[in-house]
Amino acid sequence: MSDTEAIAEADVALPSVGVTLSKVDKVYRGGVRAVDGVDLDIEPGEFMVLVGPSGCGKSTLLRMIAGLEEVSGGEIHIGGADVTRDLPQQRDVAMVFQSYALYPRMSVQRNMEFGLRMRGTKRADRAEQATDVAKTLGLEHLLKRRPAALSGGQRQRVAMGRAIVRRPKVFLMDEPLSNLDAKLRVSMRAELSRLHKRLGVTTVYVTHDQIEAMTLGQRVAVLRDGVLQQCDTPANLFHKPVNLFVAAFIGSPSMNFVSATVASGKVRFADVEVDLPEGSPLATAERQVILGVRPTGLGVAGNGHPVIRAVPEIIEDLGDERHVVFPVAAPRVDTDATRAAVDAETADDVALLPDDHARFTVKLGIEVAVEVGEPIELAINPSRLYFFDPETGEALT
Amino acid sequence: MTTTAEKTVVAKPPKKRKERDFRIQSKYAPYARFGKYAALLLFLVFFLMPIYALIVTSLKDPSEVSVQRVWELPSTWSFASFEAVWPKLQDGLFNSVMLAVPASIISALLGAANGFVLSKWRFPGADFVFPLILFGMFIPYQSVLIPMTETMSFLGLKGGLDGLILVHIIYGLPLTTLIFRSYFSGISDEIIEAAEVDGAGMLRTFFHVALPVAPPAFAVAIIWQFTSAWNDFLFGAVLTTNKSYWPVTIALNNIAGGQSIPFNEAMASALIACLPTLLVYVLLGRFFMRGLMAGALKG
Repeated sequence: MSDTEAIAEADVALPSVGVTLSKVDKVYRGGVRAVDGVDLDIEPGEFMVLVGPSGCGKSTLLRMIAGLEEVSGGEIHIGGADVTRDLPQQRDVAMVFQSYALYPRMSVQRNMEFGLRMRGTKRADRAEQATDVAKTLGLEHLLKRRPAALSGGQRQRVAMGRAIVRRPKVFLMDEPLSNLDAKLRVSMRAELSRLHKRLGVTTVYVTHDQIEAMTLGQRVAVLRDGVLQQCDTPANLFHKPVNLFVAAFIGSPSMNFVSATVASGKVRFADVEVDLPEGSPLATAERQVILGVRPTGLGVAGNGHPVIRAVPEIIEDLGDERHVVFPVAAPRVDTDATRAAVDAETADDVALLPDDHARFTVKLGIEVAVEVGEPIELAINPSRLYFFDPETGEALT
Repeated sequence: MTTTAEKTVVAKPPKKRKERDFRIQSKYAPYARFGKYAALLLFLVFFLMPIYALIVTSLKDPSEVSVQRVWELPSTWSFASFEAVWPKLQDGLFNSVMLAVPASIISALLGAANGFVLSKWRFPGADFVFPLILFGMFIPYQSVLIPMTETMSFLGLKGGLDGLILVHIIYGLPLTTLIFRSYFSGISDEIIEAAEVDGAGMLRTFFHVALPVAPPAFAVAIIWQFTSAWNDFLFGAVLTTNKSYWPVTIALNNIAGGQSIPFNEAMASALIACLPTLLVYVLLGRFFMRGLMAGALKG
């Protein structure tokens, strides 16, 4: 503990800089628009996560910030300076690649020193700085080794160390944890958070894993088809999604959707009728909506909330909680937005079900007795309902 | 996998079981293996015949050498033939080393630079330039002989080794470019990008990151280049006017091309002349296969 504190004190606080993207476009030859008019203001010292399903343009955007990809339109500013046309080596950013991209013929130490060497730092200083960083990452005993002689986790840390040693203005990370096994990924996630807190360097982090995004990001930018959907704190993304896509993408298990009608202050779907929460803008409306319910928005009946009868179809026992999937007698919501969001999730059992009824997933504690096929009653919390326009997918708030 | 396979097989009738055994060890297997090795041995003998004749003849006493007794072992082992040809080959060998070493190393280095730029540091028009360079491989030596000699005399490089080296470097470029381009194509783009972000420009990325991973490609390129420069006769004969610059191939030709052909001397000099190439193969050969695979899989 005292060790960590000593290191924390030894670190010179770096002046953080912000990154501003204005109307950034990327159009590939052949007219494919990978990034479309993205405006993003990353605060100095902020941990910003870019998230979205594969092919949403998040990596392209990151590579444009790094200078590895040409910008087709718009401007990129780092610390106030326009770097849109600058080469990567002129931008003073460091990048951690998905494959780690370590230099195979150099020792760990030389890998970490490479950036300093290219910038003309003296040999002794280089060695000192590399050793310092290696210590904080627990790599000191590996300094003389070649990358081939390291485990995946160690290589990942070397890649991280190589970025840190440089003390760049901005860290850019392209799915740096995706090649690690699940356990190591969780511990590295914590380590990353800790590192960011200590170094305070502006970080842009790309991932397709929304849990990684939510746990790491101070703010998270959700992208779809190259268009920025919403950029907000993890809590706001979860509780106030601006559209169907964000709502479906964020949260695990995903939000449940069903077609419903709103009339005279009530929302109806299947045989269920729920009073709209007080002050709802839909109170006087009469229209079709897509109703969204989080798996935690349903609970055990008995607290006065309206009740839905559920016949469990699938029960996933996770030890400390259960995910219960049951059909709802209403058509499934199948829009481009929900499909795009669901594609990113690796295991979505709902998508594989045969008929076209909507499926709801509910998270229940293990104290609730459930059996497949045995009906149970679940309460719907009216204050935790989400409403979306079926045409545009925009949230109705 | 195997355990489940075994279980299912055990459950099946004995006939099936027999089939499974066949894969592991058939009762005909020893005969099949004998046949295979016999065939391989036959091929081996066939391919080694010339080398056998070469070595045996070169070690015979001149009086023993005759076409009828070409397959017989020498009754007395003699190094007389080697002693006889050595003075005639000495200068040629030296010239060929002075020619093939720089020609192969410089050509490989330039090819590495070309290959790097064509695969990892691409410029507009790279897809047009590469086929153009490759085209050089398909130009026959003979067709450029006259313009080449004229150019070399114009440059004042005709007659000596320097001109010959230059010609071999240029003639080797298409192939070395191809080798290195294929090899570098197989290297992850992210490593190059990492160097870029780390602050290295094109040259430093090439020297610090690309070259250190390229030894297999160098082995392939140098072996090819060394062999072709060493074995070249035509350019050597045309471009060197002075006897003192003749490469070993010309010396070899003079020994073998006399009125009465002393077989033993021809064989001994051929043996001496091919030793350096053999040495390069042995020294670089362990990279050779690796390099070829790296080139074959990608690009």
